[in-house]
Amino acid sequence: MAHVKIQVPTPLRPFAGGQPEVAVEGTTVGGLVRRLAEMHPGLQRHLFAQDGRLRSFVTLYLNDEDVRYLKKDATPVKDGDVVSIVPAIAGGSQAKATPAFHRTRDRPETPAAAAFTSAELRRYSRHLLLPEVGVAGQKKLRRAKVLLVGAGGLGAPAALYLAAAGVGEIGLVDFDAVDLSNLQRQVLYTTGDVGRPKLKVAKERLEALNPGVRVVPYEERLTSENALDVLKPYDVVLDGTDNFPTRYLVNDASVLLGKPNVYGSIYRFEGQVSVFDARRGPCYRCLYPEPPPPDLVPSCAEAGVLGVLPGLVGTLQATETVKLLLGIGEPLIGRLLLFDALALSFRELKLRKNPHCVLCSPSATQKGLIDYPEFCGVPAPGAEPAHGRVPEIEPEALAKALGSDDPPLVVDVREPEEWAIAHLPEAQLIPKGELPERVDEITHARGVVLYCRSGTRSAQAARLLLDLGFSNVKSLRGGINAWAQRVDPSLPQY
Amino acid sequence: MRAVRISGALLDTMGGHARATYPDECCGFLIAPLDRPEDAGPRVIVKAVPAANEFEGERRRRFLLRPEELRAAERQLDGTGQVVAGFYHSHPDHPARPSLFDQQHAWPWYSYLVLAVTSSAVGETRAFELDPDSAEFREVLLSVDARSGPRTTLTEGLPRAY
Repeated sequence: MAHVKIQVPTPLRPFAGGQPEVAVEGTTVGGLVRRLAEMHPGLQRHLFAQDGRLRSFVTLYLNDEDVRYLKKDATPVKDGDVVSIVPAIAGGSQAKATPAFHRTRDRPETPAAAAFTSAELRRYSRHLLLPEVGVAGQKKLRRAKVLLVGAGGLGAPAALYLAAAGVGEIGLVDFDAVDLSNLQRQVLYTTGDVGRPKLKVAKERLEALNPGVRVVPYEERLTSENALDVLKPYDVVLDGTDNFPTRYLVNDASVLLGKPNVYGSIYRFEGQVSVFDARRGPCYRCLYPEPPPPDLVPSCAEAGVLGVLPGLVGTLQATETVKLLLGIGEPLIGRLLLFDALALSFRELKLRKNPHCVLCSPSATQKGLIDYPEFCGVPAPGAEPAHGRVPEIEPEALAKALGSDDPPLVVDVREPEEWAIAHLPEAQLIPKGELPERVDEITHARGVVLYCRSGTRSAQAARLLLDLGFSNVKSLRGGINAWAQRVDPSLPQY
Repeated sequence: MRAVRISGALLDTMGGHARATYPDECCGFLIAPLDRPEDAGPRVIVKAVPAANEFEGERRRRFLLRPEELRAAERQLDGTGQVVAGFYHSHPDHPARPSLFDQQHAWPWYSYLVLAVTSSAVGETRAFELDPDSAEFREVLLSVDARSGPRTTLTEGLPRAY
């Protein structure tokens, strides 16, 4: 039996009567420590696990040597030795060590998916040559699922590059048909496709580019009813929407499902790109808690956009998506990339999580999805326009009134560029923004009919006139586009 | 259970360490004057010493500070009146909350600081101590000296949404 001193580490001294050192008798290091725990039972749970063995992080030193390199518990002791108890400090962020983000790793690899064919190796060779990608990275892409909301200006280039990259599954949400006006920028479609449903064409085109990609079409409008179900199976969501209600739906559903939302938006010559991942940074609502009021919304497609611009932004979104899937580089989480295509200048804003965000903060109050009414174009049936009902007139009724003895005054409230595309021959142009100053030009006592492209601006302008005391003011329902469709097809629609 | 007091400068040191090692977890020692059993006020951290994360494996989710390092640190402090009073580590892309693993490898008396860190910023920092009776972590008050005020500004000059 040797007489040995055991040095008690500071944290455990309260359980050893406050002593920094305890004299113990024993023959082995292990035996000594067990004896110590018998003498001071409060030490037991801190030194030993339930199975009676020393807890894994507790290290014993005999004099200056770690007993793991000697005979461990069985290391013999002699008189005058000093045993120290030193913890290894270990910890981690999860009970189980799993990779940070790569959900794709959790999916079991099916035998069929294990190896690439030689054709695939050839197809992806430029990826495989990058150390940051390699076969492992290409497999991650193949296992990945990306949902693109919108197959238009942003979705088209993004879908092309993601299919080219070999993303295993690409979901596409869009319910539009290809329109001639799309072809100025939506490079997924061709002239022969005009009139066909976008998703049908997209599936053909993407699968032709890469047969290894599975394209899943969702030919429906995203709403609070379906958004969670649609997004759920995907690893990354790419927001290519052109309207605020859908943008908020996509953001909210992504936050609620814990998925990254690769955001892009365009306006005239400007673009914005970011990655909203509420688990690691801000969400869209941290920046813009509510959609803008209808009056401030740039009229959908009325402002125009430089065709190449969504190509840039959509490709940047595809870049961020690939980076997220591969787990490489620094994604734009917490950063808003802004650029001006005219100056070709880029700048970045640092974004922070809103500690009081209604959606993604600890004090979040929003637990579900919200359907905001459509602001642009024809209002949803039954929806009140923002300023209350204004009287409207159908194109056919206006045509009839214009042919009568007492035709109304027709005022076009669009911008000069739109007037130049097409206008009603009887109309006079007073852009909506100038209306308050030019109200004197509307002098007639007879009725006034206002029109714009699709009926939104003219409803707002009619509201303004009614509030100013005018009576007999009407807005042309559906705007000049409806007029062109139903009354005068010689007028181009845009 | 003792509250923890730390200076903004030390918090920044730890934050810098966390960002430098991101996406791996960082770890380090917290040094404070040796407290006596009757001390009730906050434990004042006077030094934060970065250490190497020597976990052999997934360092994004695990850290390991070897016992030799702790011993060496304690040896250095012998006779100075200061001791290793706790440890800090970071949670990349994860909240500043101790995990079950953290708890299962903790001892009472030590102050454990956890920093949440992402690729772009250090998030919250919280302090914990193991309740000796229940062997569960309890959060303790972490007060920070000499800071210029809470960071409430989210962004400067956000552009119009479009």
